[in-house]
Amino acid sequence: MTADSAPQPLPAGRARQLAAEFGLTPEEYGRVLAILGRVPSLTELGVFSVMWSEHCSYKSSKVWLRELPTRAPWVIQGPGENAGVIAIGDGLAAVFKMESHNHPSFIEPYQGAATGVGGILRDVFTMGARPVANLNALRFGDPKLPLTRRILDGVVRGIGGYGNCVGVPTVGGEVNFHPAYNGNPLVNAMTVGIARADRIFTARATGVGNPVVYVGSRTGRDGIHGATMASAEFSADAEEKRPTVQIGDPFTEKLLIEACLELMATDAIVAIQDMGAAGLTSSSVEMAGKGGMGIELDLDAVPQREEGMSAYEMMLSESQERMLMILKPGREAEAEAIFRKWELDFAVIGRLTDTGRIVIRHKGAVEADIPLAPLESEAPLYRRPTAETPKPPPLDPASVPDPVGIEEALRRLVGSPDLCSRRWIWDQYDSTVGGQTVRRPGAADAAIVRIEGHRRALALTTDCTPRYCAADPEEGGKQAVAEAWRNITATGATPLAITDNMNFGNPEKPEIMGQFAGCIRGMAAACRALDFPVVSGNVSLYNETEGRAILPTPAIGGVGVIEDAARAIGLALVPGCELVLVGATRGHLGQSLWLREIAGREEGAPPPVDLAAERRNGDFVRARILAGGVRACHDVSDGGLLVAIAEMALAGDVGATLEPPPAGIPAHAFWFGEDQGRYVLAVEDGAALLAAAAAAGVPAARIGRAGAPGGALVLPGGRSISLAGLREAHEGFLPALMEGR
Amino acid sequence: MRAPAGSDGLPARPGARHLSPAPGSKEASLNAAIIVFPGTNRERDMAIALERAAGRPPALLFHRETELPRGTDLVVLAGGFSYGDYLRCGAIAAHSPIMRAVREFAARGGHVLGVCNGFQILCEAQMLPGALLRNASLRFLSMDCHLRVERAGTPFTGRWQQGAVFRSVMAHGDGNYFADAATLDRLEGEGLVAFRYCDARGEATAEANLNGSARNIAGILSPNLRVLGLMPHPENYVDPLLGGTDGLPLFESLVDALAAAPA
Repeated sequence: MTADSAPQPLPAGRARQLAAEFGLTPEEYGRVLAILGRVPSLTELGVFSVMWSEHCSYKSSKVWLRELPTRAPWVIQGPGENAGVIAIGDGLAAVFKMESHNHPSFIEPYQGAATGVGGILRDVFTMGARPVANLNALRFGDPKLPLTRRILDGVVRGIGGYGNCVGVPTVGGEVNFHPAYNGNPLVNAMTVGIARADRIFTARATGVGNPVVYVGSRTGRDGIHGATMASAEFSADAEEKRPTVQIGDPFTEKLLIEACLELMATDAIVAIQDMGAAGLTSSSVEMAGKGGMGIELDLDAVPQREEGMSAYEMMLSESQERMLMILKPGREAEAEAIFRKWELDFAVIGRLTDTGRIVIRHKGAVEADIPLAPLESEAPLYRRPTAETPKPPPLDPASVPDPVGIEEALRRLVGSPDLCSRRWIWDQYDSTVGGQTVRRPGAADAAIVRIEGHRRALALTTDCTPRYCAADPEEGGKQAVAEAWRNITATGATPLAITDNMNFGNPEKPEIMGQFAGCIRGMAAACRALDFPVVSGNVSLYNETEGRAILPTPAIGGVGVIEDAARAIGLALVPGCELVLVGATRGHLGQSLWLREIAGREEGAPPPVDLAAERRNGDFVRARILAGGVRACHDVSDGGLLVAIAEMALAGDVGATLEPPPAGIPAHAFWFGEDQGRYVLAVEDGAALLAAAAAAGVPAARIGRAGAPGGALVLPGGRSISLAGLREAHEGFLPALMEGR
Repeated sequence: MRAPAGSDGLPARPGARHLSPAPGSKEASLNAAIIVFPGTNRERDMAIALERAAGRPPALLFHRETELPRGTDLVVLAGGFSYGDYLRCGAIAAHSPIMRAVREFAARGGHVLGVCNGFQILCEAQMLPGALLRNASLRFLSMDCHLRVERAGTPFTGRWQQGAVFRSVMAHGDGNYFADAATLDRLEGEGLVAFRYCDARGEATAEANLNGSARNIAGILSPNLRVLGLMPHPENYVDPLLGGTDGLPLFESLVDALAAAPA
C-alpha cells in the first residue's frame, strides 16, 4: 500500500446494491472485490463502474473490432489513441475520429449534439492537430412526428452552435429518417485535424514525479455517470435523465484549442488527453495505464465550479472543455502562463508515481487506491452469443410493377425525406470559416478542404445505408465502407482511411450481436479490398427505447487526399458534356428507396457489393478525373441512376437528354435500381472515355448529354421534367417540415 | 506581441509575427493589423485576403495589447464569436484594452474594417451607429448572398462602380441591422450606406434580405468614410478555387488607397 490510510469501504450490502445501480453485473462486482481484496469505497466503485461500462470498456464489441484491418503504410496511429492518424504527404498528418452522442441528444437535443461536437474536437486537438473540418452522420425518426422535428431542430442548432463558434467549418454529413429511430436518434460527430506528422501527441504518461496538470473549465456536477447512462437502454423515463447530460461552452473550447496548440509548439508536454466520457477518471486511469505508471491525484487542487463536491462527484463529473496533461518537470510556469493568457484554469493536481496504482486524496483522506493493471487487464470482455440475420431472398424486379411512371417517381423521390436537399440543415452550419473550403456541402460527393499554405486538400465524407445493414448486415457493412470510398473517389481524391461509429441496439440480444458481427465482417472485407483501413472509431450500443432497437448503423467517416485541390471535381453538371455511366447496371430494386417510397415495400436483399469491381471501377474513374476531361462526377447510390443524374442537373442548373435503357431491364429498375460500384461522369469526350473503359475492362455506357443552363431532364421518348419543378420538390421538403413554408 | 496563429507547429501562416516590411516587399504597401479577441475565428481568412491583395501578411494583435504597431494604416476586426457572444455580440470585446487604441486611431483618421463580429464590435463601441439583432429567421445563416455597392469611391470600394453587384458569404446568427428611422435617414442622406443585400440582378428585394436588416443594409461607413462595418465576408471570396474573387476588390481598394497615401 502506498497510501497513508486506506479508503473507507462502503457497507457490504450497500456496495452490492450500488454496484447494480451503476450497471455492474454481480460477476463484474465479484472481480472488483477480488482486485481490491476488500469492499470498495464509493469513489472506487464509481471508478470501476465507469471504466467497465460498455461505453468506456468496449466489453461487448472488442472481440469483433479486432477483426478490422487497421494497418497501411500511411497509418501513423491506428485505434487505441484519442484519434487515428495518417500521413497525407508534405510531412503532414490527418488526425480524425467520429464519435456518437446519441443518448444525450435524445434527452436534450441541443446540448447533446453540441457537446458531441465539443468532445470529438478535443479528441483531435489532444493529439496536436488543429481541427480543420467537422462532419456528422445523423439519424432521426419518422419526420411526421412532432418529436422528430423537435429533435432535428435541436440537434442541428446544437451542431451549428458549437462548430460555428469554435470556428471549425462543418463541411459535410448525412441524414436519414426512419421510424426505427423514433425513440433513439443518432448523432455521430466527426472532426478532422491537421498536424505535422512528426509532432503527434499521445496519452502515454511517463516520468515518475512528473506533474499531472488540469486545464480548461472548472468541474461541476454535470454529466455524472453519463458513460453509464450511455451504456443502457432507454425506458419511458428518459426525461428524468436530463441531469446526466453535459452543458457545452464552445467559447472555452476555442480558447482551449488555441492554448493547447500554443503549448504543444513547445516541448513541455509528455502526454495529454481530454476529459471526455467518465471525465477525470478515464483520463487519469488511461494515461497512467498506457505508460505503465501510477498516479496520485489531490482533488482539493481541482478547479471547482460548485461547492462541497465529493471525491466521487469530481471523479465522475463529465463537465466539458477540460484536459489532463503530464508535463516535463519544471515546465509548469511556462505552461501556466499560456493558459492564463487564454483565461483558462490551470492547476497541478497530482504526480506520476511508480506504484502502478491510482491513489485519490480529498480533504486529507484517501478516497480511492486501485491497482491500475487489473483495472485494465481484468476488465470484462464478452463474446456474446450471436444470431445471424436470415438472408432475405432477392427481389425479382419483374414482381414489382411500376405504379406511377418514371417522371412521377423521380419527382416523389427527390422530394422524399431521405433524398431531399439538406440545404435547410447545412445553411445553419458555417462551412467556410478557415478560408479553405474548396467544395462545400452539396457541391461534390466529398467535401474538399485545402490545407492552408499547401496545394494539397482533404476529401471528407460520412456514409452508411442502415436499411441495407438491417436486411443483410454483411453486405450492408461492405456497402457503407464502399460508398465512403466511392464518394472520395468521385472527387478525384485517393481514399486513405476511415473512422467508424458503430451504432447498434442491445448487445445482450443475440440478433443484435449478430448484426454487429455481420457488419464488421462486411466492413473488414471492404477495408481490405479497398486498402482503406480503420484508424479510429467508437461503439454505441443499447440504442433501444422500450425494447425496440434502431437499424444497425455502422457510420463510416472517410478521409482521402488529393495532391492539387484545383484538380478536385464536383457533381454539378456542365453544359454540353456527354454523360457516361461507369459500372454495371442490373436493375437491383431490393431495399431500394424506389421500392420503399413508390411501391411502399421494404424488402428483398440489398444490392451486393462486388469489391473487385468496386476497386476496378473506382480506380478507373479517379485516374480519368486526374487525367483531365471529366467535368463532373457523382456516384450512384440512394435512389439510383436517375436520381443521381437529377442531383447533378440540379446542382449545375443544367438539363440533360437521356438515352433509352438497354433491353432486358424494366425501365423503372434501370433508372431507380441501386446497383453498387457505379458513377455518372460528365465528360468532354465520351468516345475517348468509353475506349479507355473498354481497355481497362470497366463497364461503361453513354447515357445522355448535358443540355443548356436551366431547362429540363428529357427522358427517352421525349417526355421532359422541368428542373424548376424538380427543384421545388427537392428543396421544399425540409423547409416545409421545419418552418411550415 | 504574441501571435496566436502559427502556434501549432505548422508551416508559417500568413500574418504571423511580421510587423515591419518583409525584405524585398514594396515600401508602399498596406500595414494592416488584425485584432484577435478571445473567440475571434476568421482572422486566418482575413489574413489570407489581405496578403493576397497587399502582397504581405498583416500583423495579428492580441486584445490585451494597448498600442497598435507603429506604422499601422489599417485595423481589422475579424469575424468570430468574441467572448462567446456572451452578454451581446461584440459587447465585451468593445471594452478590451486594445479598443481604446483602435478608437484613438480612428479618431486620428485611421482606417478600420470590421467584418461580421467586427461590425458588431464597432457598433457596440459606438464607432458606428445602430446594432445587429438576431436574424429575422432566428437561425444562423451560412450561405452566399449578393451585395450592391451603394457608395463607390471610398477607400473600401474604390475598385467597384457605383451599383456594382458582387457575391459574398454570410455566416452569422446576429446580422439583422437595426437603427432608428432618423439614423437610417441620416446614413442614407449622407451616403454612408456602403452595401445593401440584393438579388443576383441587383434588386434590393425582401427575399434577398435574408437576415431582415433595416432597408437591406449590409454595411455602413463612418462620416469620414474611413471606418467600414459589414456583416458578410468578402475575405472568403478572394480565390478562384474557393468559389471566386468577388470579395477581392474591397482589399485591392484598400491597397490603392492606403499604400499610396498613408493615413
